[in-house]
Amino acid sequence: MSTAVTAEQVEARVLAALVTFGADADVVSRDATWEQLEVDSLDLVELAQVVEDEYNVEITSQDMQHLLTVGHVVDMVVERAA
Amino acid sequence: MVTREGCAIVTGGSRGIGAATARALAADGWPVAIVYRADADAAQATCDAIAAAGGRAWPIQADVSDATAADAIFEAAEAELGPALVLVNNAGVRADGLAPQLSDDDWATVIDTNLTAAFRLTRRALKPMLRARFGRIVNVASIVGLQANPGQSNYAAAKAGLVGMTKTVAAEVARRNITVNAVAPGFIATDMTEGLLEAMAERIPVRRAGTPEEVAACIRFLVSDEASYVTGATLVVDGGLTA
Repeated sequence: MSTAVTAEQVEARVLAALVTFGADADVVSRDATWEQLEVDSLDLVELAQVVEDEYNVEITSQDMQHLLTVGHVVDMVVERAA
Repeated sequence: MVTREGCAIVTGGSRGIGAATARALAADGWPVAIVYRADADAAQATCDAIAAAGGRAWPIQADVSDATAADAIFEAAEAELGPALVLVNNAGVRADGLAPQLSDDDWATVIDTNLTAAFRLTRRALKPMLRARFGRIVNVASIVGLQANPGQSNYAAAKAGLVGMTKTVAAEVARRNITVNAVAPGFIATDMTEGLLEAMAERIPVRRAGTPEEVAACIRFLVSDEASYVTGATLVVDGGLTA
């Protein structure tokens, strides 16, 4: 998985997923917190599934406790997909 | 009738309540994956009966107590029938004995098959259901999970566990249009209760054993769109035995 997973791609995919979960497209950004986006724990489980299916990166419930913003998730996916 | 693109998975589907449930869901239009452990002929016969009635069914051999079974079952079902939107956890075993004499193996076998396997299948099922924003999970518990039945402490623990799991998972996923319910059959005339029924009949208010079809009808309802506001419930189907 060393090819072509860029931060920009992952960020775009994560942001798109969050919008489908109901987050306000105008508020969604790299620095946005889950509270700001009104994203709940089940949304994050679903986001983890998207990431696992599409980037083969597993995000555990323990990981989730440290992922407080969109950017945190993007960084973890890019790091683990590398 | 079902208009969704997806399938139902019924474990323990070759005989008894599972086979009746598979037939009932197929009659509602669900393509049904019939999971069986050992009786290939019975599973095929159920599939054939469904096909003869105009439905679609596919047999899948698996031992649900195997930790890797859930992925294999879902991959096989989804390859043949489409995304799984309905799961009926029906597979169950008994290994009876009074507690002082119940072996570790008899305890573990019943917990593994009747409770742990149902959890693993539920966890796997929620993936496509969350994506689809729709799902129906029905766990086949038992009145033994609600009321004492000497000689079945392992079975009772597993079935009570199913009831508890049903409630909590239901609450976790309710906002995704996924319902999780249980049915708690009483004494139903199946291979598993053969020989026990005559002694029980006079204790049952309706004075007879239930049929697999009578349990399947309740499961069919819980799977239907009409049951969209029923979740976390345990529907007792026991002819009044625990009333």
